[in-house]
Amino acid sequence: MTAPAAAYDKALDLITRVRGVRGAMLVSAEDGIVVAEQLMEGIKGPAVSALAASLATRLRRAMEAAGVGASLFWHLQAEHGALLVVPTPGGTLVVAVAEPDVNVGLVRLELLRAAEVVG
Amino acid sequence: MTTRAVETWTLEPLVKFVKEAGARLVLVMTSAGQVLAQHGFSRAVDVMSAAALGAAIMASTDEMARQLRQPPFAALNHQGERHGIFLAGLATGRGRLVALVVYDLDVSSLGLVQLFFEQLAAELQAASPKDSVPKQVLAADFERQLSDSLNTLFGR
Repeated sequence: MTAPAAAYDKALDLITRVRGVRGAMLVSAEDGIVVAEQLMEGIKGPAVSALAASLATRLRRAMEAAGVGASLFWHLQAEHGALLVVPTPGGTLVVAVAEPDVNVGLVRLELLRAAEVVG
Repeated sequence: MTTRAVETWTLEPLVKFVKEAGARLVLVMTSAGQVLAQHGFSRAVDVMSAAALGAAIMASTDEMARQLRQPPFAALNHQGERHGIFLAGLATGRGRLVALVVYDLDVSSLGLVQLFFEQLAAELQAASPKDSVPKQVLAADFERQLSDSLNTLFGR
């Protein structure tokens, strides 16, 4: 059963409450379109979602080729921030955009909780 | 895969779009179906069919929007099992143009096509000749112009 939009908002709210998180999104992994978002000004949601979904497709193929199964969590650290993603079994990506010094463990926990809500 | 243009100002933005969006086939045409540039087509007959069908779809949706008293729809996407078709209008100094994009779902996605289409539209707008009045295609000239365009598009 599909979770209602309010549940999506609540899940994103829990992610964005973590200090250092600048935004969170639910993205359709298949088409790279934003399903729900809570982003700070200046973050280009459609661009992040399209490129994250494209990356997810390539990573999935790499994981399959390596024979290590589906990816559960990825953390891309950049100079000025980080992108953290949890793919759900239903084909949604739970994405967080964060400051470089964010508590990665805490964000990961909230992303996994959100992924359970989204399914 | 080759990219060719009848109007050369369309070439660079189109080449960039194809590379970034991972598009398989692209047509840039006027709303009447006159092709200005193409990527990926190997046969003239396919270009002619795709341009005619794309222009007809745009004309239908424009009319639907008119009947709903709305501005024309920005874009249309059809998603199949393996391919997606994205059709959208864009404003340029050459008048309103239409882009028809076919993408493989294995290689690209609607999000990527939409994202890079915005760049394509901006770059075509910037590159287009300013203050140019679109030439009216007369029935008498149509076949010759079509033949000239296809010769350019397929390097004959």
